[in-house]
Amino acid sequence: MHPILAAANVPIVSKLPSASSPRPRRVALFVTCLVDLFRPAIGFAAVKLLEEAGCTVEVPPLQVCCGQPAYNSGDRATTRAIAAQVIDAFEGYDAVVAPSGSCGGMLSHHYPGLFDDPATKARAENLANRSYELMSFLVDVLGVTKVAAHYDGAVTYHDSCSGLRELGVKDQPRRLLRSVDGLKLSEMKSPEVCCGFGGTFCVKYPEISNAMVSEKSADIATTGADTLLAGDLGCLMNMAGKLQREGSAVRVRHVAEVLAGMGDRAAIGEPDLGKR
Amino acid sequence: MESTAHDFKDNVDAALADANLQDSLAKLKVGFSERRRQAAERMPEFEALRDRARDIKNHALANLDFYLEEFERKVTALGGHVHWAPTAEDARRIIGELCQSMGARTVAKSKSMVAEEIALNEHLEALGIAPIETDLGEYIIQLRHEPPSHIIAPAVHLTKDQVADTFLEHHSKLGFTKRLTERNDLVAEARYVLRQKFLDADVGLTGANFLVAETGSSLLVTNEGNADLSNTLPRMHIVLASIEKVIPTLEDAAVLLRVLARSATGQESSAYTTLNTGPKRAGDLDGPEHYHVVILDNGRSAVLGTEMQDMLRCIRCGACMNHCPVYGAIGGHAYGWVYPGPIGAVLTPQLIGVEEAGNLPNASTFCGRCEAVCPVRIPLPNLMRHWREREFERHLQPRGVRQGLALWSFLARRPRLYRRLTALANRLLALFGRAQGRYQTLPLAGGWTRFRDFPAPPPGGTFHAQWRGRRS
Repeated sequence: MHPILAAANVPIVSKLPSASSPRPRRVALFVTCLVDLFRPAIGFAAVKLLEEAGCTVEVPPLQVCCGQPAYNSGDRATTRAIAAQVIDAFEGYDAVVAPSGSCGGMLSHHYPGLFDDPATKARAENLANRSYELMSFLVDVLGVTKVAAHYDGAVTYHDSCSGLRELGVKDQPRRLLRSVDGLKLSEMKSPEVCCGFGGTFCVKYPEISNAMVSEKSADIATTGADTLLAGDLGCLMNMAGKLQREGSAVRVRHVAEVLAGMGDRAAIGEPDLGKR
Repeated sequence: MESTAHDFKDNVDAALADANLQDSLAKLKVGFSERRRQAAERMPEFEALRDRARDIKNHALANLDFYLEEFERKVTALGGHVHWAPTAEDARRIIGELCQSMGARTVAKSKSMVAEEIALNEHLEALGIAPIETDLGEYIIQLRHEPPSHIIAPAVHLTKDQVADTFLEHHSKLGFTKRLTERNDLVAEARYVLRQKFLDADVGLTGANFLVAETGSSLLVTNEGNADLSNTLPRMHIVLASIEKVIPTLEDAAVLLRVLARSATGQESSAYTTLNTGPKRAGDLDGPEHYHVVILDNGRSAVLGTEMQDMLRCIRCGACMNHCPVYGAIGGHAYGWVYPGPIGAVLTPQLIGVEEAGNLPNASTFCGRCEAVCPVRIPLPNLMRHWREREFERHLQPRGVRQGLALWSFLARRPRLYRRLTALANRLLALFGRAQGRYQTLPLAGGWTRFRDFPAPPPGGTFHAQWRGRRS
């Protein structure tokens, strides 16, 4: 185990296929509702990275959300209904990949516990065993070690909580970032401390959330990085919104955008006046 | 202790505006977690010990009646007495009567969170008995008439300067008229003042980290040695502990102690580990003549056998609060009752009602750092989520939250309708946010835009719309 993982108490990812098992080819993208609505480029970056790694990527059309807003608000019945919908939509794919540790963790760690009836529970477990966060899938499952991308700048990487603590995503994005031509990685003092997003938390308890994201912003500033990256759009929107409110020049992107060579687009919260 | 948990949001505002508190929290956030990390790193078997500690507590909880009765038999055989207190009121009454039976005027108390839980000091004072807190932190906050803000560091919310002012105010009448500025001098002065109080006390009252069924011992750790004076000098020693503190054997205590100190302060072990096993025996040079153990339930047994049972594994190390970014932002008092931080967010609704403390399990991002460091692996985020489920079932959440959730749930279960509406929302947000790339204000998103800009989506449509366009 990598020493960083050991130090962070990150659980060892236990479902990695053995070397002899076939590489998953037919991959379904779980777009996530935030990426769909607010930053589609992340979805396309994920598709590009997966295709370059030899996968066939499909996007099941009837997907909406993983159900976390209901789950974390205590509404189990709705969560179960949405999870059943997701289980149906992603039936039959070799792997289900989300550009988010939070949504990926919901599918792979929380779905099975939602169901009591053995048949649905078994299907939930089956989906859980095929579900991955994007960085972890690329590095741990597909064995990707480098990407052909260029990015001019010093970046710092924030470890989003679910990816880090539920899925053991820590070194994978950094390993790939180190292969990006022109990119310099500069670590925060506390990259593992929550940014204060927390889904509905950030609007239910805005003052606490603001205190947390202000601290994060200060930590980002000490790195001298000109770009902030992370693997979850919710956290990124929270941090970008704070940095921009403070007048910071730090640009904010999803790590997949930079790895896919799409780091030249307008960053999160910046005007995109380019033609399409 | 009177709860202010229902005023959580006001408490938060006050905490965020308190510069002294924010100074203190800045130190706490790095200090405790870094020392815990180093202590865990120095011990290769630390993770295995956490598993073992979890298993020991699970076993004890699964056989709680057996071990409690075993403990009572052992204490009785040693010449001590066990008192069962179903409620806080029972515990207060029992302890009050015990103190009165000694004609006690003062009680030397070593730090006990259960004593805070049952508001013992107020009860004793009403009986004309002066409780003297002998833990330095507890002593400081007693002088200031404040509740503890942390379960192992009760005065952690205070700066050194605040302590200096408090001592000057209260000690000058004892002849200490110089305002001290050095940490060691402050400690020395408190030690001097407290020593006479130990000698004067008629009753010593301590909590317990563990009750050992095998030997009938109560086990207590401190870093100041104050418990040892509380339980050896006075003629009566009262131990106040809650039911889940009982463990089977001394061997088990050894395992739990190894994870307790490391998780709490990063120490290999606390400075003092004291086992009290019955009253003074014939031939003993010191020790109390009378030995009583008051065992409190106060709603805990109702948790046994439920999805919430895991909360009873807690060994009160404080690691969850030391690592919690919410606690780190607002400190302990904002939680409004005795137990703050993540464990407080699951324990408080059980002990004083979810109607009163409903905010606490909601005020979490579920970042999971508490669970990652808990020495007995309590799934704290899951337990907080269970509370949210109970609040949802009983319609206790604010109306706006429930209505928003209901609307979202309706749409999320209708993918085609959802797709049409998000496509529209995406176009509108992209259109009006195009020049700036973000919004400074946005209808219905005041909670967000009060402190942050809201990023606008770039033009071009939702991912699903673009994907259909590309692949068709």
